Amino acid sequence: MSIKFLPTGILCLLFLCAANAATADSLENAQEKGLAIATEMKSRDRGWVDSSAEMEMVLHTRGGRETRREMRVLALEVQDDGDKSMTIFDSPNDVKGTAFLSFTHNNADDDQWLYLPALKRVKRIASKNKSGPFMGSEFSYEDLSSFEVEEYDYRWLRDEEVNGELCYVVEIIPRDKYSGYSREIVWIDQVHYRALKIEFYDRKESVLKTLTLSDYQLHLDKFWRPAKQTMVNERNGKSTEVFLRNYQFRSGLDEQDFTENSLKRAR
Amino acid sequence: MIKVKLCAGALLASLIPSLSHAEFLGYVGVQARAFPSTAVDPAQGSETLSGILAPEWYQQWNDGEDSFNIKAFFRYDSQDDERSHADIRELYWQHVGSNWELSVGINTIFWGATESQHLVDIINQTDAVEAPDGEDKLGQPMIHYASIQDWGVVDVFVLPGFRSRDFVGEEGRLRSIPITLSDKEQYQSDKEDEHIDYALRWSHYLGDWNVGLSWFQGTSRDPLYIPQITATDAYLAPYYALIEQSGLDLQYVSGDWLWKVEAIYRRGIGHSIAEDYAATTAGFEYTLTGINSLYWDLGLLLEYSYDSRPRLSAAPFQNDIFVGARLSLNDIASSELLFGYSQDADDQQSRNAFVEASTRLGDSTRITVEAYHFHSESNQDPIYSLRRDSYIELGLEYYY
Repeated sequence: MSIKFLPTGILCLLFLCAANAATADSLENAQEKGLAIATEMKSRDRGWVDSSAEMEMVLHTRGGRETRREMRVLALEVQDDGDKSMTIFDSPNDVKGTAFLSFTHNNADDDQWLYLPALKRVKRIASKNKSGPFMGSEFSYEDLSSFEVEEYDYRWLRDEEVNGELCYVVEIIPRDKYSGYSREIVWIDQVHYRALKIEFYDRKESVLKTLTLSDYQLHLDKFWRPAKQTMVNERNGKSTEVFLRNYQFRSGLDEQDFTENSLKRAR
Repeated sequence: MIKVKLCAGALLASLIPSLSHAEFLGYVGVQARAFPSTAVDPAQGSETLSGILAPEWYQQWNDGEDSFNIKAFFRYDSQDDERSHADIRELYWQHVGSNWELSVGINTIFWGATESQHLVDIINQTDAVEAPDGEDKLGQPMIHYASIQDWGVVDVFVLPGFRSRDFVGEEGRLRSIPITLSDKEQYQSDKEDEHIDYALRWSHYLGDWNVGLSWFQGTSRDPLYIPQITATDAYLAPYYALIEQSGLDLQYVSGDWLWKVEAIYRRGIGHSIAEDYAATTAGFEYTLTGINSLYWDLGLLLEYSYDSRPRLSAAPFQNDIFVGARLSLNDIASSELLFGYSQDADDQQSRNAFVEASTRLGDSTRITVEAYHFHSESNQDPIYSLRRDSYIELGLEYYY
């Protein structure tokens, strides 16, 4: 070994160490920033108490055929845990009266029930079923459930404009082992903290679906809700649009409106 | 004056949608059943065509606190006059309080967790002419009070008026040999079908657990069959004993697993000819989600059933293994396929299997295919009478 090379070697080593430290440091920063953005987003959406809306789904096949589905969604904000929600199906006619109840939990599997009116039977649903398609659409049950900060790990990636609005681009990684995604990339606008676009990645690290959230409306001077959401399946070219209308907040729903009993009489 | 009128009008208009919500819905259907094997009794036919009408109507008022519900069912069957029947499945008024509910009228109530049979479920009589799976029920008159508390739901039922089981007629398939005659029914109670029955249930949800404890006292929904021989013919007469039944149903969910247990203990009351017995069904449903690129779900079912009575007097599921599979295509047409196979552990030759499949055509029509297979070689076997009644059924239902 020549002595000539030693300083260069040490220099390289020192440089590598420094670079590593910088990467670790910036990764930690990016994670903190990502979490801070998600926390701010959730805290801005606190205090709506309860909500209800009419939902229309338009399913598009690649051949251009359209199918419509109608339902109503009720939701209840829960302090210190995930929200509760109920979905009541109004069409197609053969599933009219079918209703779905879900309690999301921050640190445990969600509880889910389905009411089948023909048998007058409430069935408990295994938690893993959340990754499956919802009503044959490009949305999964998971995509339609409430966002909880504790359910993901975060990393801020960069800032970027979407339709002229400056956004934080944040990578979120589901902690739930039953999630259908390995990670999601979310574009959140920096003024109102609204998600404008989400890319969903599968285990093979390719984009599975892209969700665009638009026509945001302000309710009770505080809560932004997208009137339109479009999910495009990048694999098969199919897409689903979700329209949410007639939003009502703080209409007096309570725990008793989200029970197995209320599920049975939901119409 | 005009201003007041306008205000009142506007107020009324804004109130109406929240006050009342009414809907008329239901379905009409046609079904064709074919029995490939020659019937045991030459009087029985080998194919049948049915028309079904199932209208439903409800009206809500008082902001949904009060509702009136009607659900009727009519079937015309080309083969069997007994299978042609009408029933009021529901006709009740319900009031919902902050943590209670009261329903008065005819209603259908389901209790339980398992799939292969429903031991705990006892409020309604089975509509036995409909299908061999026993899932269809006759409407039961009742006063039903439910109290919904943090520690569970308590249901109290007063059940005035008993619905006796209707049995398939002479020309019909899927019946006992010799025939069971609905109109030769006998009751243990002097009040016959006017005996007032009572039932109680406590059910609760605790995280991953669902639990139910139930109690019933009154006329058994399952008759005993008393052989009667006259100079000209032989038949079975249904005998309805007075019983007390205690039940437990338990469900535990963990990831992809759903574990289920139902158990009952049934005791005869007074000088009953019914035996005391215990029975249970236990098993699981395991769901494989997204099994292919089309995101199909496959649920696998395994259940074991036990009945403490000797085989001859027991229900078909006295020591039986049931395996099943439920395939959901998760497509726009909500296509589904359910397969089940039951094997008697005491008798290798006693088994039955079924397949049910359905899909939607367009927006409002469902097409269904159902096939049942029965196999039995021993006249000690409860399904022996059905051994030549395997069938295939095609159905079309239009929903409105």
